[in-house]
Amino acid sequence: MNSLLELLEQDCTQSHAQLAAQAGMTEQEVKQELERMEKDGTILGYQAIIDWDKVKRETVTALIEVKVVPQSIAGFDRIAQRIYQYDEVESMYLMSGAFDLTVIISGRTLREVAQFVGERLAPIEGVTGTATHFILKKYKEKHLVFGKPEPEERELIFV
Amino acid sequence: MNYDSLLNDKIKNIKPSGIRKFFDILEEMTDAISLGIGEPDFVTPWHIRDAGIYSLEKGHTKYTSNAGMLELRREIARYMSRRFDLHYEHAGQILVTVGGSEAIDLTLRVLLNPGDEVIIPVPSFVCYGPLTEMAGGVPVYVELKGENQFRLTPEQLKAAITPKTKVLVLPFPSNPTGGIMERKDLEGIAEVLKDTNIMVLSDEIYAELTYGQRHVSMANLPEMYERTIVVNGFSKSHAMTGWRMGYVCAPKPVIAAMTKLHQFGIMSAPTTSQYAAVEAMRNGDGDIANMCEEYDSRRRYLVENLNRIGLECFEPKGAFYVFPCIKSTGLTSEEFCQQFLMEEKVAVIPGNAFGPGGEGYVRACYASSMKDIAEAVSRMDNFLTNLRRRQGK
Repeated sequence: MNSLLELLEQDCTQSHAQLAAQAGMTEQEVKQELERMEKDGTILGYQAIIDWDKVKRETVTALIEVKVVPQSIAGFDRIAQRIYQYDEVESMYLMSGAFDLTVIISGRTLREVAQFVGERLAPIEGVTGTATHFILKKYKEKHLVFGKPEPEERELIFV
Repeated sequence: MNYDSLLNDKIKNIKPSGIRKFFDILEEMTDAISLGIGEPDFVTPWHIRDAGIYSLEKGHTKYTSNAGMLELRREIARYMSRRFDLHYEHAGQILVTVGGSEAIDLTLRVLLNPGDEVIIPVPSFVCYGPLTEMAGGVPVYVELKGENQFRLTPEQLKAAITPKTKVLVLPFPSNPTGGIMERKDLEGIAEVLKDTNIMVLSDEIYAELTYGQRHVSMANLPEMYERTIVVNGFSKSHAMTGWRMGYVCAPKPVIAAMTKLHQFGIMSAPTTSQYAAVEAMRNGDGDIANMCEEYDSRRRYLVENLNRIGLECFEPKGAFYVFPCIKSTGLTSEEFCQQFLMEEKVAVIPGNAFGPGGEGYVRACYASSMKDIAEAVSRMDNFLTNLRRRQGK
């Protein structure tokens, strides 16, 4: 049986009735569960996944590798907080390996992104280095492939 | 040319479909939501497609052995034992075919002599009758009943058996009803068959799609293994309909006869598909589970909501169809489907397309997106409300 969360992750626009039938719950139970999980932060929000290229909105997205001076996890959390508070930061992760933080940011222009890195990110105390990678093309996000599926011409079959 | 005088009499007598008129309308209605086609909406999992592509890159473009690649038959043997506790030798007991359909055709052609009778429970998939006739046999239809959840009962079987009966077709889990035969049901059937010479053609193409319990094959029952021909394939379990990959497992003399016919008519099943199928058998059990869980979600939604809006619908325990009863509307299956299609642009299939027992029912396939299913339900609700208003109910 699909759990409520799995169903929501697939498509959060489904009605309570739809979710209930699929998860083997009552509508009332679904409503209560959703309220509970929204309150305790299990469900952070509901967003649409958009191919902005389709509407010709100019955006630049960059993935920035950030190195910071070695410290405890709590120390990382403090620095991370100073970075992710900026609205420009879309996603951010603590990493294992050659660098410490992955910061994904979006801006209108290359210059705007470069400015953010140079003027906001790099000067933060404890940040020892950054490497900025610009995203050239998006293929897939959250299990969804960008681009329209090719229509298939098929005559009626009976099976 | 008078082609009519050239064509074989048997094929001339086979009607393309009893519900041609409905299909003609359906063909025109290109923007309808379709719950009509009995086919997974999933694309074949990528690792399976990739294996097919990889085999092409390596240049595996030649015939395989007639019975199918050794590697694939070994994997099928392991799969049947792992998933269904059915034990077949890869050498001599397994034949790889062009879809389950070819396996059904071969079975009937190697078993039937002119006049032999084949018992076919209906409503069921449409191929058994015509293939029986082409093989020289005589179809004997047994109407399954809604009140029995469309299971075949020993009494019905007994009543249909004559000295000429050669084959019993067991098409479970069922297209179009979603009905299954549980072990105790099969035991009742086996009891009737034990003292006869009847062979069972068990079409188990939907065996992986059962909900709440695992599929039991007639071949799992004591004394029935020897007289059962199990047809299965990759179309439904692994969403591989277009690859045309099926197989048949049976006692050696039967497989030997089928392989003979297959080698003359087909040579060998498509090589690319066989490579993909090997990957499906080796690493595809997780895909089956995922798809099955997804179908189950949709199934529950559809059954619950059809009942809610007033279409009585027994709980289908297998395949990916619901088969609601539409008798309460006072319409025939075809009238219902035609009006529903014209008024609300949703395609479901009249039950009578699957044989006489299907009248009064319609088939809806839930191997469609949840969005389409939800929209179809709300349109069905509209349709029924309007219909009742017109009928003054």
